[in-house]
Amino acid sequence: MSMVFALAGNQNSGKTTLFNALTGSNQHVGNFPGVTVEKKIGVLKRHKDMSVVDLPGIYSLSPYTSEEVVTRDFILKENPDGILNIVDATNIERNLYLSLQLMELGKPMVIALNMMDEVRASGNTIHVKQLSDLLGIPVIPISASKNEGISELVDQLIQTAEQKKVPEHLDFCSGEVHKAIHSIAHIIEDQAAACHCPSRFAATKLVEGDEPTKKMLSVTQEQEHIIEHVVRNMEERLGTDREAALADMRYSYIERVCAQCVIKKQETKEQLRSEKIDAVLTHRILAIPIFLLIMFTIFWLTFTVLGEPLQELMDQGIGWVTDQLDAWMSSVGVADVLHSLIINGVCAGVGSVLSFLPIIVILFFFLSLLEDSGYMARVAFVMDKLLRKLGLSGRSFVPMLIGFGCSVPAIMATRTLSSNRDRKMTIILTPFMSCSAKLPIYGMITAAFFPKQGAFVMIGLYVLGIVVAIVSALILKNTLYKGNPVPFVMELPAYRMPAAKSVLLHMWEKAKDFIRKAFTVIFLATIVIWFLQSLDWSLRLVEDSADSMLASIGSLIAPVFGPLGFSDWRASTALITGFTAKESVVSTLTILTGAAGDLELSAALSSIFASQAAALSFLTFTILYMPCVAAFAASKRELGSLKSAIGAAAFQTGMAYVTAILVYFIAHFWI
Amino acid sequence: MTLAQIKPGHGGVIATVEGEGALRRHLLDMGLTPGTKVTVRKVAPMGDPLELFLRGYALSLRKDEAAQITMREDSLV
Repeated sequence: MSMVFALAGNQNSGKTTLFNALTGSNQHVGNFPGVTVEKKIGVLKRHKDMSVVDLPGIYSLSPYTSEEVVTRDFILKENPDGILNIVDATNIERNLYLSLQLMELGKPMVIALNMMDEVRASGNTIHVKQLSDLLGIPVIPISASKNEGISELVDQLIQTAEQKKVPEHLDFCSGEVHKAIHSIAHIIEDQAAACHCPSRFAATKLVEGDEPTKKMLSVTQEQEHIIEHVVRNMEERLGTDREAALADMRYSYIERVCAQCVIKKQETKEQLRSEKIDAVLTHRILAIPIFLLIMFTIFWLTFTVLGEPLQELMDQGIGWVTDQLDAWMSSVGVADVLHSLIINGVCAGVGSVLSFLPIIVILFFFLSLLEDSGYMARVAFVMDKLLRKLGLSGRSFVPMLIGFGCSVPAIMATRTLSSNRDRKMTIILTPFMSCSAKLPIYGMITAAFFPKQGAFVMIGLYVLGIVVAIVSALILKNTLYKGNPVPFVMELPAYRMPAAKSVLLHMWEKAKDFIRKAFTVIFLATIVIWFLQSLDWSLRLVEDSADSMLASIGSLIAPVFGPLGFSDWRASTALITGFTAKESVVSTLTILTGAAGDLELSAALSSIFASQAAALSFLTFTILYMPCVAAFAASKRELGSLKSAIGAAAFQTGMAYVTAILVYFIAHFWI
Repeated sequence: MTLAQIKPGHGGVIATVEGEGALRRHLLDMGLTPGTKVTVRKVAPMGDPLELFLRGYALSLRKDEAAQITMREDSLV
């Protein structure tokens, strides 16, 4: 019999680790219908016909972000055969809060009591059998990271689902809340049955005043009046409001249960250790310097120590494949056009992008270490105040930092942000952080125009990017993304050693994602650019790229850059090719000037840019204008629509244009 | 007195949770219910947000949100 299970639990409860332990690498990723919340589906090991859906990490079923709604909808509408609820045993009170709500959904359910090894090692005890009896559902102690108790868990889950054993008790309430829930459950019983929603769950939600439930049950106006009356009555007698009353009811029940089966002599070792680590890492004075040091080390390792040699190796590999292909096509006598398309178009284009694969994989290795260890939450904690001034929250800081390396993983990393508004703003702002691919451009221009002040100009460019990001944030905050800043309520999980398996799987996923993109979007883009660069308007191969379609498009838009101080067609053509990858700006300028050697190039560049001011203006435009196609594709995916991605690119290019004009004029008078 | 006014290292028992809507419910869901014991562990380096400890776990909250939580006067330590 094939079955589907829903895996639900709090954030930081070890849910992903359990999911990986249950399914191995047998996973695929999709999206929940209508929202950009990621949906991971995996097949149970040794049970080929059973699958698990990894639901988002949430704390409650009340709608707070789209993730709670997704979880609720999935369980109610997709009707899984059972719920696997993971509970962090070291933080059992708050974790059971979600469990009680999940139990109300009336589905076969099993609790996986995770991190029991930590509880035992600290000399604390949880009477699992008693806990299971009190809650009325099976509870299996496990340690997901040590792979303990997993097979017992799977057996219990399948057994419970096969027997369709739903939670035994549902009455956590007493007194007035109990009365209210029961009378409302009675009123809406038929409607609830009609939409396969347990009447108790529906009644609880109606007491809370939950809008989605009202809509789902199509509660009549008359019923609404009665419900309101019942709830008002309850509120008066309790002397508190409905929301507080229900939260209190659940927590009071949990406190009673825990008093009977949890013996906690002390905080766990991990919690005590976390406090000590935080004494340093979120220290009033040390926090920020340590954070900068950690980030610097990661960038240094990623881009210099590990990334550079690996990227070179990758380049050589790609070069070797290209040469083989080249030789083979020559020997077989492939038509010149096709030959050039494959070698100069596809191999050069896709190859230059693929060579970034090692850097991306390494960067994500470090990032998942930061995330899984619990440090990322501390970064958000430390930086929140600063980001809040820009209308963002501390959580946006990390993607922006990654942006100094590469916008592609940075934009992908915005997925960890809980608010949609923050995520969109962060995606738009991140490309202003000058990425590593732009370094060759700075190198080339500064060598030609600012041979003595090179370092000064480069630092200035980085600072300029940050300043423009801040200004843009303020603009967006006061126009497109008005409204109150999203509240910042975030758990600071205990520091834990990241599980090797989770980190490796994460790296593999990102690599897969990136390779897929290289062979789809970028593949197509390189073909288009090649056609434009190699053919003239009568579709004949050109000898000199100055006669190509690309060149005539370049000359067409060249006047646009007049106010910026560079209206040479070669500059605008370079900017167009920069869309495929920023490094292309360098290669295009080199080809179009026909220069051999650096000295000649410097001289030739003077024919394109009339003054230092013009060169500075060109650099300014280059840092800020729309990101490369890989980053554009990533932002399209994360923003959810092509329209939004084009809007973001237009905004970035607009900011680039205005800033470059300003820089040009200021520089003109200054230099 | 509100939770936002409590100095690091001190704590007390929650009296009421003010405010409305999804945020208030989220605070309640996270375990900040009336009657719960909370300690303020730390203030972030730039003066905001706070790090709280309640129900056996650490939670970070901005002062704006903490100002919506009133404390029982007799419970402050």
